Amino acid sequence: MNLLTLTNVSKSFGALTVTDDVSFGVPQGQALGIIGPNGAGKSTLFNLITGNLRADRGQIDFAGRDVTQVSPMRRCTLGMGRSFQIPQPFANLTVFENLVVAATHGQSRSESEVTDQCAAILDQTELMPRANDTAGSLSLLQRKRLELARAMATGPRLLLLDEIAGGLTEGECQALVQTIRSIHASGVTIIWIEHVLHALTSVVEQLLVLDFGKVIGLGEPEAIMASREVREIYLGIEV
Amino acid sequence: MYRVQTRTKASQIAGLLALGLVIVGIILPAFASRTMIQDLFFILSMLTLAQFWNLLAGYGGLVSVGQQAFVGLGAYAMFGGVILLGWDPVPALILSGLVAVVIAVPTAFFTFRLQGAYFAIGTWVVAEVVRLSLATWKTLGGGTGTSLPRTASDFWGTAQVAALFDVRAAAARDIVTYWLALTLAVATIGGIYALLRSRRGLALAALRDNFDAAKSVGVDATRMKWLVFLVAAFGTGIAGGLIYLQKSRISPDAAFSVTDWTAYVIFIVVIGGIGTIEGPIIGVLVFWLLQSTLADFGSWYLMILGGLGIVVMLFAPRGLWGFVSDRTGVQLFPIRRRLIVTKGE
Repeated sequence: MNLLTLTNVSKSFGALTVTDDVSFGVPQGQALGIIGPNGAGKSTLFNLITGNLRADRGQIDFAGRDVTQVSPMRRCTLGMGRSFQIPQPFANLTVFENLVVAATHGQSRSESEVTDQCAAILDQTELMPRANDTAGSLSLLQRKRLELARAMATGPRLLLLDEIAGGLTEGECQALVQTIRSIHASGVTIIWIEHVLHALTSVVEQLLVLDFGKVIGLGEPEAIMASREVREIYLGIEV
Repeated sequence: MYRVQTRTKASQIAGLLALGLVIVGIILPAFASRTMIQDLFFILSMLTLAQFWNLLAGYGGLVSVGQQAFVGLGAYAMFGGVILLGWDPVPALILSGLVAVVIAVPTAFFTFRLQGAYFAIGTWVVAEVVRLSLATWKTLGGGTGTSLPRTASDFWGTAQVAALFDVRAAAARDIVTYWLALTLAVATIGGIYALLRSRRGLALAALRDNFDAAKSVGVDATRMKWLVFLVAAFGTGIAGGLIYLQKSRISPDAAFSVTDWTAYVIFIVVIGGIGTIEGPIIGVLVFWLLQSTLADFGSWYLMILGGLGIVVMLFAPRGLWGFVSDRTGVQLFPIRRRLIVTKGE
């Protein structure tokens, strides 16, 4: 049973087709990685899934219902949690409050009901020592962690990560991958766009390759990375 | 185990102090002169208007320059209740709030399509339309206005107050309206503080910090805008009704005055500190001091007011309270939630 299904989804900006007849499904519990060269349409596809952009054609189904015309806010309450490529913290709120606002509104629950859950997410994402500091005072790694933590606080069935490992040092990246792996292990379905390939392939079970808005490959990471077409287009390697 | 705490030592002291002030405020008419009661009525009613404008602009990001629409509507609704329906003025104040909300619904429907400065102008246009419409209503005095009928001057409570304090009817009316203004101001501050401490208040803060991210974590931005706008209209309408109950004479030009009910109110909030509950309290005191010392200087008074506004914006952009709070960290109405780890299981 697919949690998310895209059927013939297209999106154009003027004459430029950025998402071109894309169809794929993500089964419940899977982690899917999306790769492709710069300008391949990864972020557009991501925003079509979260609802920040509306599809021109095609249909998006999530958790058994058509969400093609549904707002990002509603998609969140239906169970989609997202991170932003450039961290977008609520800078004047504390780290804890960032999670509380996401948990109370994303899950439509009262504050007292979500306190323990938010604390557990702070522990899991290693942000507990900064819980009562304003989000504006965090370092880049901590902001990335906050993106992850805040998305988790909405109680997602599907977690969408947009280049969350970008800009981190190797050690920071490893630590973040550990956290994402533990989230995945707890049963959350994940779609993850990433340029840092080794981080991605150490978590995901399936890899989708985009080029010029089209899906040019979908399969297990080893098979995808071995394919001639992907190596030529994505890695720019002459074979 | 975890628990969440918002209070601070300063806020506990402030809470006790506020309670003391309210008690003093209630028993004050027993000692105070009539002039002082009238001054306090002015301060409390302007404070209420300022708190609601601050809720709109400081917390909701809705910079309206058309709040005089709701002051005027509230005032005319109260007069309408008395003149057309024969109600006592005090219960007619409920009409003030309700009529303001009823007109706020179409106002929001149209003006919410506008952003930023266009929204501000849109609200002003609506206020002018309402003013011109009411000026044609002959039964309520038309363009020249009207006074509260003589039969309505002994409204609820005045006879008892006159007997209790042994004062004339006019002084008793001032005392009753003062008590109503005190109740309204306390309820407004308490209500706004409760809203800000709730998860809806957190949503407002999140929307202010990052609009798109807030929507992506499930915050309903549209609903929050409606909530803030309608609550502000309701409170502003009641304040308007009360102000004109105290004045007991109304005209469209006065009741829908953009200077009196919006420009001064914006001055109070900006001087005191926008986006804080403490700000309008400080701002209204500064405004009252300036008005009572400079009122004889005519247009110089307005120029000094404007000049002071500019100085504060340049050197203390978060207002007088922001200036103090940034340096001392003191918050009398704290809303920050602190996660506290409690010992043991």
